[in-house]
Amino acid sequence: MRIFGPCKLTILACFALSFCAGLAVEARAVEVKAAVIRVDNKGLLPISRLDLPPDDLGFAGAVLATEDNQTTGKFLGFDFQTETLAVTAEAAPGAIADLRARGVALIVLLANGEETLAMADAAGPDALVLNARARDDRLREEDCRANLLHVAPTRSMLTDGLMQFLMWKKWTRLFLIHGSHPEDALLAEAYRHSARKFGAKIVEEREFTDRGGARVSDSGHVLVQRQIPVFTQGAEDHDVVLAADESDVFAPYLPYHTWDARPVVGSAGLRPVSWHAAMESWGATQFQGRFERISGRPMREEDYQAWLALRVIGEAVSRTGKADPASLRAYALSDAFELAAFKGQKLTFRTWNGQMRQPILLSDRTLTVSVSPQEGFLHQSNLLDTLGRDRPETACTAFGDIQ
Amino acid sequence: MTRFGKMVPAALALTGLAFTASNAWANKVFVSNERDNTVTVLDSESWEVVDTFAVGNRPRGITMSPDGTRLYVCASDDDTVQIFDPATYALIGTLPSGPDPELFVLSALGNPLYISNEDDNLVTVVDVNTREVLAEVPVGVEPEGMALSPDGTILINTSETTNMAHFIDTSSYEIVHNVLVDARPRYAEFNHAATKLYVSAEVGGTVSVIDLTQAEPSVAKKITFEVPGVTAEWLQPVGVRVTDDDSKVFVALGPANRVAVIDGKTDEVSDYLMVGQRVWQMAFTPGEKYLVTTNGNSNDVSIIDVADNKVIKSVQVGQQPWGVVVAPN
Repeated sequence: MRIFGPCKLTILACFALSFCAGLAVEARAVEVKAAVIRVDNKGLLPISRLDLPPDDLGFAGAVLATEDNQTTGKFLGFDFQTETLAVTAEAAPGAIADLRARGVALIVLLANGEETLAMADAAGPDALVLNARARDDRLREEDCRANLLHVAPTRSMLTDGLMQFLMWKKWTRLFLIHGSHPEDALLAEAYRHSARKFGAKIVEEREFTDRGGARVSDSGHVLVQRQIPVFTQGAEDHDVVLAADESDVFAPYLPYHTWDARPVVGSAGLRPVSWHAAMESWGATQFQGRFERISGRPMREEDYQAWLALRVIGEAVSRTGKADPASLRAYALSDAFELAAFKGQKLTFRTWNGQMRQPILLSDRTLTVSVSPQEGFLHQSNLLDTLGRDRPETACTAFGDIQ
Repeated sequence: MTRFGKMVPAALALTGLAFTASNAWANKVFVSNERDNTVTVLDSESWEVVDTFAVGNRPRGITMSPDGTRLYVCASDDDTVQIFDPATYALIGTLPSGPDPELFVLSALGNPLYISNEDDNLVTVVDVNTREVLAEVPVGVEPEGMALSPDGTILINTSETTNMAHFIDTSSYEIVHNVLVDARPRYAEFNHAATKLYVSAEVGGTVSVIDLTQAEPSVAKKITFEVPGVTAEWLQPVGVRVTDDDSKVFVALGPANRVAVIDGKTDEVSDYLMVGQRVWQMAFTPGEKYLVTTNGNSNDVSIIDVADNKVIKSVQVGQQPWGVVVAPN
């Protein structure tokens, strides 16, 4: 009776109303299998314990996306399944090989640039890989891959987003302090490029050298309060201190400790991000609430980006009715694709390199201070293409879409 | 008459009489102010603010009973629907609404109330007299827009992340059809002949026209918008209203600060009217002489002369006006 009862009701309801497509879908549900791989590198502790990575970093976003996809899928006859794997860098290629051997061809990566590239290549041309973490511009440019789409913003999108705001504020004299690690150098270079692009001036640069040692110690603020004013003393006249510290070595120490009373932006203070837990606009409140109920913690950028990646798959599946990587990739790169992702406008892909266009949020961690692109920055085809490297500058050829 | 043709029950016929009798008189216009936690009351003849009264936290959806004796307000952050006396503004009672009620639609008979719970992927059906929850219908992710077919047999719910219009049978509370529309559908509205359903997609930037005359409802056309000097990204359709004779469809275009006028026969845009900033929801005055729009970012409402397609006035209300309803009498 339990089996037949609801069916009978459904049939009756259909009959009475003379239309009933999309029903009785469970019987013919098409499975959509995806995997999220996170590569965990043993690093130092973050400066702030608020930044300690939770065990389910990124994965909780994947769980939410799968629930969202599944809610839609049940109306359309699709069954979304996502597995999540945390691996070491050494185990990453083996994990990819295992997934591919089991027929999983939709793969989301939370890894650094080098690992992302290696795993995309290992997955092979028949897989669809989505980069949900690596910010390196080169993955979208000279090292782009046809099977690799990027939902994480690039460094240049983030730095352009912040720079547009500084221009709008007319805070155009920048004191750039960068770290001593390779990724800090990449970030500093992205800021230099953004400053040239929008007409700001870097009046002085200093390197904050990582001399190692523990990040946190009891009463550490006493030393910080003595060291940072001295380190920032005597700089050229500037409007803001711009921190390029992707390695999280010094930037959080800058606010309130600089020699001159200037705001800090970049890696501390006002930060350009893809997402933050205080975002409330454009329906984000409900989205944050759904996430927090699942995970019991605030949402991070990695969670949002993993959610984005799986929602790209969900959206392409529900619009095309297909689940194979080639169809989904073609749809994602087509004019028809659009994703609503709580940023006030549709997100689409750049067809020349597979990078997702998206507004950049500027946050002080307490609130959304602003959202870029800023008013007045114009573009001939899409305002979001004022952020990051644009079509005429691209070095990517794998997408066969160069003008 | 089509499948969803007009229901003319006794109560509605009476309301119809009330319309005619009261046309010469001013009506109260109630505007929910999302940020202020108040409702502003305007006079539809002088367009003066006659009163402001406090309501629950984050008031958004607002509607009235057909006989004009009850004003319903979604107090989103209080997870409740409040009922006010439209004459005294006294709180008469509250309804169990499910979490985070945003929009709702009241049966033309005055009962029940269908509420979308944005936070819970549910549509809640509440008996407004007994305050009983009659049903909870699981729908897509982030349910938002709500509409009833003129005959009351079909309830439409739009889900913002699932991007669908769900057709719900109001007798069985079963979903009988799902139609995919563009990204982030916000609002649904039937025409009065029940031949078409208009669904606005805020992020998609389109209004889908769903044909209801065939065996299965399907998207027959997507209305797109273009305003010189306004960036395409800001043309975000939200509220939709159709005149009684189905000749005109008004679409609020959010941050484009325009209301589009659409020919109800051809579904082509015929005009764009400049209103306040972030235009959200709209309501006709009885007899459809005027259309009132809420403008969330300029804290005012615009008054549109419906026959002339002209904005005749704007009136300051509270902070972030969201919804609007006009008393039938």
